[in-house]
Amino acid sequence: MRVGIIGGGPAGLYLATLLARADPTHEVTVVERNSPDATFGWGVVFSEETLAELRDVDHETFVALDDLLVRWQALDIRYRGQTIRSRGHGFSAISRVQLLGTLQERARSLGVRLRFEHEAAGPETFADRDLVVGADGIASTVRTRLQDAFGTSFQPHASRYAWFGTDLLFDVFTFIFEETPHGLFTVHGYPFDGGTSTFIVEVSRDTWQRAGLDRMSEEESLQFCQTLFADHLGGHKLMSNRSVWTRFVTVRNRTWHHRNVVLVGDAAHTAHFSIGSGTKLAMEDAIALARALTESPHDLEAAFTHYELDRQIPVERFQDAAADSARYFEHVGRHVGFAPDQFAFNLLTRSGRITRLGLELRDPAIVNRVDRWHQAHATGRALTAEPLVAAAPRHAPLTLAGVTLPNRVVLSLAATDVAQEGAPGRPHETSLLAAVTAGAGLVVTEPLAVSAHGRVTSGSAGLYHEAHVEAWHTILARLRSEGDTLVAARSGHAGRRGATRPRRLGLDRPLPPKEAWPLLAPSPLPYTPRAQVPRDLFERDDDVVGDFAAAAAHAAAAGFDLLVVDMSDGYLLASVLSPLTNRRDDLWGGPLDVRLRYPLRVLDAVRAVWPRERPLAVRLNVDDRHPDGLAPEDGVAIARILREHGCHLVDVVAGHTVADGATAPDYRRQFLVGLSDRVRNEAGVATVTSGAITTFDEVDTIVAAGRADLVVLDPGRHYLPDRTRRRP
Amino acid sequence: MHIGIGLPTSTPGGDGSLLTDWARRADEGPFSSLGVIDRIVYRSHDPLTSLAAAAAVTRRIRLCTMIVIGPLRNTTLLAKQAASIDQLSGGRLTLGLSIGARREDYDAVGARWSRRGHHLSQQLAELRDIWETARSADDQPRDSHIGPAPAQPDGPELLVGGLSGASFLRAARYADGYVHGGGPPRAFAGAANRARAAWLDAGRPGEPVLWGQSYFALGDAAAGEAYMRDYYGFAGAFAEKIAAGLLTSPTAIREQIRGYEEGGCHELVLLPATSDPAELDRLADIVG
Repeated sequence: MRVGIIGGGPAGLYLATLLARADPTHEVTVVERNSPDATFGWGVVFSEETLAELRDVDHETFVALDDLLVRWQALDIRYRGQTIRSRGHGFSAISRVQLLGTLQERARSLGVRLRFEHEAAGPETFADRDLVVGADGIASTVRTRLQDAFGTSFQPHASRYAWFGTDLLFDVFTFIFEETPHGLFTVHGYPFDGGTSTFIVEVSRDTWQRAGLDRMSEEESLQFCQTLFADHLGGHKLMSNRSVWTRFVTVRNRTWHHRNVVLVGDAAHTAHFSIGSGTKLAMEDAIALARALTESPHDLEAAFTHYELDRQIPVERFQDAAADSARYFEHVGRHVGFAPDQFAFNLLTRSGRITRLGLELRDPAIVNRVDRWHQAHATGRALTAEPLVAAAPRHAPLTLAGVTLPNRVVLSLAATDVAQEGAPGRPHETSLLAAVTAGAGLVVTEPLAVSAHGRVTSGSAGLYHEAHVEAWHTILARLRSEGDTLVAARSGHAGRRGATRPRRLGLDRPLPPKEAWPLLAPSPLPYTPRAQVPRDLFERDDDVVGDFAAAAAHAAAAGFDLLVVDMSDGYLLASVLSPLTNRRDDLWGGPLDVRLRYPLRVLDAVRAVWPRERPLAVRLNVDDRHPDGLAPEDGVAIARILREHGCHLVDVVAGHTVADGATAPDYRRQFLVGLSDRVRNEAGVATVTSGAITTFDEVDTIVAAGRADLVVLDPGRHYLPDRTRRRP
Repeated sequence: MHIGIGLPTSTPGGDGSLLTDWARRADEGPFSSLGVIDRIVYRSHDPLTSLAAAAAVTRRIRLCTMIVIGPLRNTTLLAKQAASIDQLSGGRLTLGLSIGARREDYDAVGARWSRRGHHLSQQLAELRDIWETARSADDQPRDSHIGPAPAQPDGPELLVGGLSGASFLRAARYADGYVHGGGPPRAFAGAANRARAAWLDAGRPGEPVLWGQSYFALGDAAAGEAYMRDYYGFAGAFAEKIAAGLLTSPTAIREQIRGYEEGGCHELVLLPATSDPAELDRLADIVG
């Protein structure tokens, strides 16, 4: 086979080596635009896993590289004058110049032709070859020329970074978080040979501009960073090598091949540098592609298919983890202020690849320290210096107002639609009892209506009648003997999503007109084309504020420990908050602060009657997922004001404001946790998170990392109080 | 988990009499359902017509579309056809709907490709309405409803397919469950988790019914792979990947079944990649 490889980086050179080694009759040529010893980017991280693979596929390369690698087993986090070391993170790094030199030498020894300082025009450089490989990096010309065929997409990240070297030799991989008057600066540093370290500086765009870095020359910004990190550098110098400020771009391609052209490494996919996987993925691509070509030497299509089958899923997994990690660094400012142990734990678990359980296997000491810190913090006791047994974070109590939840697990019950005139009955007791005996810290009822007209279906349970108080009181009294689980009432008004049929066969199916009741909303917009047009909330003499307050008093009398006011799911108060559904320009509609008036009036009225010592929560929609709707920053602003009005806890949810036109989330694991993190740490209020969280390990990780205070565990397949199946 | 088998409506050689024979034999076998797939621009039989024929020659087996491309079809006619099949089969229809993946099918019937997701959502709501109106027809004027009422009291079981967030939300809002488009158990489990998450997030009571599907060829694996490459040729490079997932040995089928069961699948339908009737017996020996 005659093979032309464009790009003499790790992927291209290693692929050339493996192909030449597999079959000496292959004619392999590599073209590279730079000279043999030119390289940018100082040292690169290399994974031990990849190295193990290298040993098996080409022992000579492995032996040569093995000598050049700098290895370490720990990482340091420098934050607020402390250095926290976490162990068990096996990494190695190598100088890029030495890596390339080694690979060049090995390739040459196997008869590969290397042509340097040769600018390839694109795939046609090798028009006569059987196979053309685009190994030409993030700015690949091969990929650019065939962009439509590959289905390329680019996602630039918001942060700016510069890739320096330094003659300071770090012990281990080191993250530095430096608070400055301009904002937070982050360093990713690691040693890669006997005397040099990589020193990547990353900042948010705002900080970058405030510091004036956007207007500085390469030399000026090097001097700036050298001065800024003088304490960390201890007299050592930063070094530049085209170290200009750039934005990282995540590149993805729907497919990595077209006819006889195939992509490897950064040309095919990039993953943010903060998880150090670029070289690893590139070398692994080369191994997989060489193997596939060896197995199907006469069928390129089959070989490419096997290559992609082998690589696309693991690469996507790394890209997702890297994107999470990149987001972490973009927003790490919101975690500055965390205690050092929690800050470190939050950093170590940032990408979702390492959970608390995974970290404990690597570094039990740091997990124990975080557990102890968390327990001391949760109980208000001083952290003792000596090691001691600490409970997993989910077992830490949480005190809100004058009430203490025994643990951090929340079970939230789905609607049953079987109440009679709003009164709860046996099914409500059964599902509550199952949730309480399961040992959750908090159980939240299904949505309870504050008035008959505020019901979702005619089977919605309520809090609007003396009979309801008695029924709830009886149920709650029975639950008391089953443990110390607290029970929350979720009170709300369905607004324009009311008067629907039971939810067993679907949502928002309107009742026949003769069974329906009038709906209320800030603007006359039906929830679906088939739904009733709601009446004007502000022109009716319905006393909805009074209904919420009366329901709160009823909930208190019935003995609920906690009250949730529902401002989510497109129900009444959510519809007042969202610009999609509140189109008014009077006293109640317009800018966010005006739209907030009515929900605050409700909250204040509830606050006035709900007992001071019992916590008051709001279930809040913080993102409409719609270009014209509420965005997360609005959600943060609302949460801040709710807190000022006496709300102790925000249940952070998103969506369902409108039935059509909003973007659906991907519903992947923990899809709402990022929003909770943002609200909790920007608005300074305790939060509940939910959404595809099914294991206690996830609960522990989220709570210990400070992304939420309470976590709703999906009943999923592990726990389900009401396992209803329609299957025969 | 139940195991179903596909009806060979799109494999080469699947002529009319083969289909009814196949359905009859599947009904006798250990299979709990008989599945059909949908495509317009291809040498395939219409899925609903095929199921109507299957209904006539079977007594027991569940009849399932996995899926029918909803927006290609007029909703009123689809509601009427589905209700009729449900009647003909004595209440054995499960109607899986999705938006499909091929523009050419939309162009061929003159359906709008843009906003197809939105149309499917509307269609799902309207199907329920039409069936419920037909059911409560006694107190309706004769000319206001579209019958027959389906045989199942709640109408045919409704499933939604697709892999986008919007598909999972659609299943949670309108359907009884989710039908996956095929792949290794890990892919199914991921989609099943997302379907459940969407269901809970939407506040639906209970949990979604989860269906899966996989192609198999136990006799002539090469013919099966050739069919897969041809059928999925529209997917370009992806066709090879789908073909590579074809189950060609009893062990592969058993592993797939175990994997899907662990992923929470309620019903796995194994679709034949050839029209060889002996495939029924070969599969029956494995799952029986």
